[in-house]
Order: sequence, then C-alpha cells, then structure tokens
Amino acid sequence: MSGIATLGNRLYRGEVSYNIVGRKRLWYTISAVVLLISIATLGVRGLNLGIEFKGGAEFTVPVTNASTTSVTQARDAVTAAKVQVSNVTIVGGNKVRIQTQSVSTTVSENVGNALASTFGVSVNDIKVQLVGPSWGSEVSKNAAKALVVFLILVALFLSMYFEWPMAVAGLVALAHDVLITVGIYALSGFEVTPATVIGFLTILGYSLYDTVVVFDKVKENTKNLSSGSRMTYTEAANLALNQTLVRSINTSIVALLPVLSILVVGVILLGAGTLNDLALALFVGMLVGTYSSIFIATPILAFVKERSPEMKSLTKRVTARREKAGIDGVEVVIPTASVVTPAGPRQQRVKRPRSSR
Amino acid sequence: MAKHYRPSRSLIILALSLVGLLVWAMLPGKSHAPKLGLDLRGGTQVILSPTAAGKNPVTSDQLAQTIRIIRQRVDGFGVAESQVTTQGSGANSKIIVTIPGKTDRSVVDQLKTTAVLNFRGVVAIDAGSPAPAASPSASVSAKGGAKVTPVQATPKPSVAPSLLLPPIQTSKLDAAFAKRFSALDCAHSPILEGGKIDDPKQYIITCSKDGAAKYILTPAALTGADIQSAQATLPQQGAGGWQVDLTMTTGGAKTFADVTKYLYKQKAPTNQLAIALDGLVVSAPRINEPILGGNAQITGSFTAEEAKNLAEVLKYGALPISLSVDEVQQISPTLGNDQLRAGLLAGLFGLILVILYLLLYYRALGVVAVFSLLVAAALSYLIFVILGSQIHFTMTLAGIAGAIVAIGITADSFIVYFERLRDELREGKRLRSAVVHGWDRARRTILAADFVSLLAAVVLYYLSVGSVRGFAFTLGLTTVIDVFVAFLFTRPVVYRLAESKWMNSGSSMTGVSPARLGVTSSTEAAN
Repeated sequence: MSGIATLGNRLYRGEVSYNIVGRKRLWYTISAVVLLISIATLGVRGLNLGIEFKGGAEFTVPVTNASTTSVTQARDAVTAAKVQVSNVTIVGGNKVRIQTQSVSTTVSENVGNALASTFGVSVNDIKVQLVGPSWGSEVSKNAAKALVVFLILVALFLSMYFEWPMAVAGLVALAHDVLITVGIYALSGFEVTPATVIGFLTILGYSLYDTVVVFDKVKENTKNLSSGSRMTYTEAANLALNQTLVRSINTSIVALLPVLSILVVGVILLGAGTLNDLALALFVGMLVGTYSSIFIATPILAFVKERSPEMKSLTKRVTARREKAGIDGVEVVIPTASVVTPAGPRQQRVKRPRSSR
Repeated sequence: MAKHYRPSRSLIILALSLVGLLVWAMLPGKSHAPKLGLDLRGGTQVILSPTAAGKNPVTSDQLAQTIRIIRQRVDGFGVAESQVTTQGSGANSKIIVTIPGKTDRSVVDQLKTTAVLNFRGVVAIDAGSPAPAASPSASVSAKGGAKVTPVQATPKPSVAPSLLLPPIQTSKLDAAFAKRFSALDCAHSPILEGGKIDDPKQYIITCSKDGAAKYILTPAALTGADIQSAQATLPQQGAGGWQVDLTMTTGGAKTFADVTKYLYKQKAPTNQLAIALDGLVVSAPRINEPILGGNAQITGSFTAEEAKNLAEVLKYGALPISLSVDEVQQISPTLGNDQLRAGLLAGLFGLILVILYLLLYYRALGVVAVFSLLVAAALSYLIFVILGSQIHFTMTLAGIAGAIVAIGITADSFIVYFERLRDELREGKRLRSAVVHGWDRARRTILAADFVSLLAAVVLYYLSVGSVRGFAFTLGLTTVIDVFVAFLFTRPVVYRLAESKWMNSGSSMTGVSPARLGVTSSTEAAN
C-alpha cells in the first residue's frame, strides 16, 4: 500500500514521471492490433447470441448431482417430447439448462412435464423461459438507439464543459472500449444476453466517467498554459495524467472489487445468469476503460490540441526557451527512452520534516 | 461559497433527511422492505405485444381496453401484487404482466387469449351469489373489482365442483345445465378471470363482470365483427342522460334486425340481449323495439364514464387485439431465493473488499469513506423501500447488480476528493486549508463525472424495457445519492476532522500525514 502512496507523492511532484503521452505510438499500436483482432473476430466468428436474440426456449432443472448422465437424460427427455434440443449445459453444479427451438406454451408444458418426471422434481421448480425471436432484436434496437442518443448528449456536454477536442478524444476512447469489449466476447465465445448488453451500455458511462476525471485535471493544468512558455500542451497533459494516475489505479481497484465479487459469488452460487453476464461485461469493460482513459484518450487529446495554431506557437516558444537555457529542461524533464525517469536535482532523498517524528 | 461554510449545518440536513426517510419508510400499513422483483421471489413474467386485426396500428384506446381485460384476468388469479404495465408507445408498446409466486404453465395461455365480444340472448338471470343483498338486475357495471361476498352459504343443489369450472357450456339446454346454473356462485368462480368461455356456438353459463349477476345465455347471435362503430353521446333532448350509439355493419345490421324483431316480443328476461366481452356480461340491455336500420341506442342511467366504457368495449369488440408472446419467464420461488441470496452476498463481499482497501490506503480518511458508503447504502435502502410502496418499484437481480456497481462509483467520489486533498498537502498547505481547497477542486470533478454517469442511466432508462430499466434506475439513483452524500456527509466530516488535534499530529494513521505524503520541511516552512 505504502508503495502506491509513495509513488503517488513522487508522481505528483514530477519526481517520477511516466512519459505516457510521448509514447503514444506504442499505445496506438497495441490498441490497433487488439482492435483489428476484435473486428476480425466479430466479422468471422460473430457473437454467441443467447436465446433472447435467436428466439427459443430455455428450461433450467434443479438436480441433486449434475453429471454428464443428467445431460444425456435431459437431451433424451426433450427429444422424446419431439422438441429439437440446441444446447444442454450444467450450471452451478446443481442445475441442468436445456435450450431448445421455439416452442408453443403447450409444447413447453409437455417438455416441462417430461423433464420433471425424468429428474423427479416438481414442474413448478423448473425455470422456463420462452422467447419470441423479436424480443432480443428489440432489446438490441433499443440499445443502439440509447447509444446514439447518449453519444450526442455526451458530445454536447463534453464540448460545453470542456472543449471539442476533449469530446473527440473521449468519444474515440469510448468507441475503443466498446469495440474491444465486444471483440473479447466474440473471441472468447461468451454468450451475449440482454444482461450483457446492459453491461456494454454501462461501460459507456464508466469509460467516460473515468476520462472526465483525467480531463478535468488536464483542463486545470493547461488553464493559463498558452500565455507562458513553460511547457507544451503535451507535457502538461502528461503531467496531469501522472498526477491522476494514483486516483485512476485506486478507482479501478475499488470499482473492480465489487464486480469481481459478483462474478465469483455468481459463478459459485448460481452458475450462470443475469449477475454473471453483467459482471463479466463490466469487468472486461472497466479494465479496458481504465486503460483507454490513460493511454488512449489523453494522447489523442494532446495530438488534436497540438495541431491548433495557438499550441503550435507555444511548442515553438518552449523549444526555443529550452535551447537557450541549455540541454536540460529546468522545470520539466521530458524522459526519452526509459519509462521511469527520475529527474536530476530531485533525485536525492526527501528530507523528513520534524513533525514526522 | 466556502467562506461561510458550516459543516454542522450540512450534517443536520443529512440527519434530518435520513430520519425523514426512515419515518416515511416505516409508515404503518406499508411494506418495510424493498419490493422484490420476480427473479428474486419466483413467479411468472410475460411480455406481450399487442397487434390489432388487419394490420391497423393499435390505438391507445384499444390498448387501454386490452390492459383492462388482462388486468381483470390477472386479478382473477387472486395473487396479491400482480402487475400489468405497459412500456413503449404506439406500434412498439408492450404489455408486461408480472404474477409473483405463480408458476403454472396455463397462466400464459390465459393471458394471451384474444378477448372476443359476442351478443347473446338471455335465457335466465339470477343473483351472482346466493347472498341476500345481491340484486338480480342486469345493469351495466363497468367499474369492475367489486365482488359480492356471500354472508352465509344457502343450501345449493349438489353439483360436482368440476362441473362449475369454466367453460360451463352445452349445446342443449337441459335440467342438468339448469342445476349447474343454480349452483354457481359468481363470487367464488374462476369465471371472473375471463378469457375461458365464449364459444359462440354453445349455450353458456356466465357472470356479469362484477360478479353481481349470473346468466344463462344463448349461442351468439352476433359477434364483435358485426359492429361498425360505437360512441358515447349525450343527446340534447330528453333527460335520458348518457347513452351509447351503436352502428352495425351492413351484414350485421341485417342479422341485428332479425334478432331484435324476435327479441322485443319476448317476456323478461328473455327480451334482453347480453353483450359479453371475454366471456363476461358487460351489459344486457332490453330490446324495446325491432331495430331495422343497424343504428341502435343503448340507454340507461349511465354516467359519462359508464357510457364511455361501454362504447370502448363495443369498439374493441369490432377490432379485437391479438397478443403475441414475446417472452415468458417462470422462476420457481426456490431459484428466486437463491438469486436473492447470491445478489446480497455479492454485494456484501464487494462492500467488505472496498472497505478494506479504503481503510488500508486512506487510514483515518478511509474511515470517513467507509461511513460515507454506509450512509449512501442506508439512504439507498430507505429509498428503495419507499419507492416500493409508493410507485411499486421492484428490486430485480439486475437492479442489485446496478447497486453493487454503484459502490465503486460512489467510492470514487471520495477517492477524487482525498487525492485532491493530498495534492494540496503535497503542495505544502496546512490540513485546514487543504481540505477547503481540495474540496473546491474535487467538487467540480465529482459533479462532472457523476453527471456523465447519470446521463448514461437516464438515457438507458428511457430507451429500454424490462430488466435493463431496473438496472438503469438503481444506477441513476445511486449516482444522485453519491453526490448527496459527498456534499452533505463526506465534506463536513472531513472539515470537522481537519480541526482535530490528532489529524494534525502527523501520525501515519491519519492518512494525511505530511511525512507520508513526502512534504519536505522547506515547502512546509514556506507556508
């Protein structure tokens, strides 16, 4: 713990500075590769859609000891009722889940009775879900609508509260997060249910939430930047990033802990269902979201900002001043090769104030 | 703003809100726990999409009538807290029916059955229940809900109970059928659920919609399809009050003429023509004269409301709405219980992990954060209880997940503040001024970030159905609570603590020790 705390102190004062913005090529390359894989997998394999999207029926039967025998038994029982089985799985060790083609309520009753007598349970203990094929597509249609409306509102808010380059950077990071999360779903073959879609939508909010906190610090650091010649926008943004790094780490840990707990408890107690679908999407999305708010959003912001005439002239002034002052920057050290660069004069041990004793 | 800030005032406001909510939540006669959704207590949820006959768009009147019919069927199940709600609008509207605790397969079939309207001749009328007060009049009563409870059971002809289950129908009237009629007690009959008996070719025994009267009806003379239009009007002359104007189709008018020519000559009650919707008699007007042109007026001592309701029933009969099942979810109470337990356990573990982390990292400040989280949790719980009893808000599994995710977002507000505060300390400020300056900076960030989160929740809420809504609602609510707690609890408590000797002692347990934050003596001296 104190490791992070000390790091926080040194990060804040610029004693330790990770040159994140300067190494944007690396982050862009990593993200580009992951994005390409995501898009390619999405195109080739597609998502493993749950019955909510395809339409069909799902029966969940509680059993005392789920084994491969119960899978065969379930399959036989359903097939005997003249219903085509698409998938039988054991969930949570004590339930058998059978997914079938779309059936009418009468047929589902037959299947329910058949399963009940096979496993010796009461019909009323079997969980039944019948989904028309239109239901899932409507959920996704609404989700798409929500996405568009949300993006417009957020772009407006970010442009008003911050400035348009921040809106652009924030939205790029957002698209990045959602694409990668969906890509991971395609890659891993995890089932996509409406709960997963909720998870995806929540990532939108979370990813931006994280970015807003970082950008707020960037905004503060760059307030009167162009009037001076102390540091370039890129450097100021990088400083802000370093100063909020501890917060980003802490926030991610604190946000991921509950999600992790849902995931673990869900897997152990329930096997599969709403909780896990949601938590899994969130877990992946939050990780990607934290990454992008640090490694993607801010570098893009710096890139866009540096193209403005105002910032171009600032960079020119800063470079000129540094050349005049000598090779070593006085206030700001721009690390080049190494990731962590201890700045020269402040490398000595920090003197302890008397009050600490 | 910060100049005249008084921490105690904020804390008093918070305490008053908490007490106020507590009193409200604990009002006698209401539930004192959040209402649980179906996935947490078991039951059936059916999502139905209505479609009008002939590809016409579903009008809001038709939708309202459909919901009334469904609600009547659901009420007939006798399950407390059943709900019938709509979501979406126009062509996309959905009807969501939730019946907690009931997982019979037949429920779904009953709900989706299209309600039909038939005109039938009346063979016999009697009081719905063998109670002394029930009036045998066949007046319209569209108010619904009122049931006549018999004070005592009068001797009834012995008829096997199975013979009194709907549909009670026959192709030929005989003594056995008459016996079933006299044995029927409408107040205790599943007939009132509707949707089970309206085979137009059979004689039927049924009840009036409110259960006050029972009927033997002839096979259907006309059907809803014979109706062209119906309207509630208030004629200018005559003191008759509200009436319903009925226009039949060309084909319907001819049959109607034949039927009324025959009926008006009959003796009461067989001169009545019953209007049965969904198997229940809505009205049974007496035919006073043959109606040849296909235009009839139904008069009586109707109120405006009654006339309008009857007109809507007739209009609905002309264009019945069929319901297709989008989704059926039946969850056994055992599984619901399991899900509730898992959700709560996950929440508890998540909370404990977050608390441990905050305590380890922020020490004394962490204690403030933990109490802030607990205050937020208490506020959320109370609001869920109140919303449950006030607007029937139900807590679903997705909702619980939303609340658990919110733990992280709520805690982040404190993290943002504490990190800002520590930044100020690192700059060499004293604790007292650091808490003030840190707050001024953190406040903006917290508001901006929470606004984005709230925006996501609101958009999600308005553009979604079902479980997504529950999730969005809890997420949005907890975001608002987060702001509330950060402003009215975390801030004043930290301000107060900053005045204490111990927090200024520099002990490493305070979480704000200058030494641990690496403040050098030179920067401290500069202050």
